[in-house]
Amino acid sequence: MAYDKFTTLTSPAVPLPIENIDTDQIIPARFLKAVERKGFGDNLFRDWRYDKRNQPIADFPLNQAKYSGQILVGGKNFGSGSSREHAAWAIYDYGFRVVVSSFFADIFQGNALNNGILPVVVSPGFLEKIFAAIEADQGAQFEVDLQNQKFTILKSGESEGFSINPYKKHCLTNGLDDIDYLISMKEEIAEFESLP
Amino acid sequence: MEAKTLFDEIWDSHVVKEVEGGPSVLYIDQHLIHEVTSPVAFLGMEKRGAKVLRPEKTVATPDHNVPTIDQHLSIKDELSRNQVEMLKRNCAKHGIVYHGLGSEGHGVVHIIGPEMGLTKPGMTIVCGDSHTSTHGAFGAIAFGIGTSEVEMVLASQCIMQPKPKKMMISVNGKLSKGVTAKDIALYVIAQITTSGGTGYFVEFAGSAIESLSMEGRMTLCNMSIECGARGGMIAPDQTTFDYVKGRQFAPKDEEWEKALAYWKTLKTDVGAVFDKVYEFDAANIEPMITFGTNPGMGIGISKNVPNSDKLTGSDKLTYEKSLKYMGYAEDDRMVGKKIDYVFVGSCTNGRIEDFRAFAQFVKGKKKADNVTAWIVPGSRAVEKQIIAEGLVEILNEAGFELRQPGCSACLAMNDDKIPEGKYSVSTSNRNFEGRQGPGARTLLASPLTAAAAAVTGKITDPREFLMES
Repeated sequence: MAYDKFTTLTSPAVPLPIENIDTDQIIPARFLKAVERKGFGDNLFRDWRYDKRNQPIADFPLNQAKYSGQILVGGKNFGSGSSREHAAWAIYDYGFRVVVSSFFADIFQGNALNNGILPVVVSPGFLEKIFAAIEADQGAQFEVDLQNQKFTILKSGESEGFSINPYKKHCLTNGLDDIDYLISMKEEIAEFESLP
Repeated sequence: MEAKTLFDEIWDSHVVKEVEGGPSVLYIDQHLIHEVTSPVAFLGMEKRGAKVLRPEKTVATPDHNVPTIDQHLSIKDELSRNQVEMLKRNCAKHGIVYHGLGSEGHGVVHIIGPEMGLTKPGMTIVCGDSHTSTHGAFGAIAFGIGTSEVEMVLASQCIMQPKPKKMMISVNGKLSKGVTAKDIALYVIAQITTSGGTGYFVEFAGSAIESLSMEGRMTLCNMSIECGARGGMIAPDQTTFDYVKGRQFAPKDEEWEKALAYWKTLKTDVGAVFDKVYEFDAANIEPMITFGTNPGMGIGISKNVPNSDKLTGSDKLTYEKSLKYMGYAEDDRMVGKKIDYVFVGSCTNGRIEDFRAFAQFVKGKKKADNVTAWIVPGSRAVEKQIIAEGLVEILNEAGFELRQPGCSACLAMNDDKIPEGKYSVSTSNRNFEGRQGPGARTLLASPLTAAAAAVTGKITDPREFLMES
């Protein structure tokens, strides 16, 4: 699907210092019944965000006005579990463009990239520094530079490089997706199929 | 010639093109779809004006959302009904075979594929569901994909994937009585953690693995995603060939001989190199149960809840959060803890062998009064087999009722939800917070351990009963 091109982003970040955030937490199964791709942001982290009476749970970071921005920072092994792409849709729809963690689950990482979300893998030590920077100043700004593959804590100037597949980088920078590319390969695919 | 792993062999023979600096374009032999992760893919195709390239290579069934009682009636939940009807309409429009609710071919997508003989050695198989790894039991490369990728496969019969690294997990020795494939899976995940397999595709091997039936192998490969791996696979052998032979979509006569000759070549060459190797001893595995909120938090049933003394920082906080959710304390003894629900079913343990084991265990016993049990076959074929083998009488006699096929309480998208705070011994695959319903507490275990809990009303070592017989 089409998404906005990604080049650089400067924004504060929302911290979720919890490990193994699985896709059932990102978007619980009961919210997967839509047949169109819209409105999933409302149910992002639903059961951590709202109580049984649908009242916001005050101490959950997404409910705290002091936290804002387009960068979500999670503990290690972010996005484990189900392959539901709804998790990536919910994160994008809520307004995040970057998710930072020291480790991502494979399927989530692929789904994120296919939906214009940049997953940034940083070292465990640098992840701690990011959490600490947010704790010290909730408005702290971070810079995500896709071109140079660099994540910077602007206040301290500390930065760390991150890796991304060159093809995926090209897609993200240009707002392209794989599907049109594959459709354009029709002849090569037919040729492959005709092999013995 | 370079020594290749089984994974490399199959992967390399399916690469249509290597994209420079990017992923491989991988050809997909079999695509399975269900109602939850496909509608947006069809919508995307329509927006592009694209057609389904090879409709005969996709098979559909609704499973995640369907009720498990009164399936002859219209689905009550409007949103669920809409999703199921949408799948049916999309299949009709694009010429895709659809196994609807109540039809002979209906069932959980990962149960019906192997049953029909759609799943065969050497194939590439994908589905918009992480437990697609199940099909790796046949010596296939099978993995779960997102909806964008479902759209890719519909439109081009291909997918763009970076090649994962390779991991070998071997389990040697003889499994003790009461220890099943599910226990091997939970043991391995507890050893290597839920992220230990991330970035890898696993091959399982060793004498304990070879001794498993196809049902057991499917359970093990199904759970490979729970250690973070892209998928798991087992080299095909006589057990595999015997299972596939004669099934609806298995090759016949001359074609069978040709296929068999090829399948027999599908194994890891001597000297092939894996990026990571684990070796486990089957003798160390006992019936397993989970105590926390991810599948890696499992222990032998005779053990106590581990304490967090060795953990620090966010590891410790995460651990404590998990135990708090479960209502358990460090060093608690698992055996004897009261439970409220038992769920037998899902793509992990919803096959005939699982219901045989459960029924044999509860035969002549009674369901505990404090337990609500949901016994959900993985498919119509499994349901029919349960009835044909007379297992349903055994179940009824013991106070259990058989429901109708679907994913059911594994992810609780339908009405089969475990209430808040209740404990569920479940043969499914995930014990995440709220997975079986908001606030539900899940204890993952084998059908045998589930049976022992169902008749005693508490966590019970199934071996206590098995020793008697």
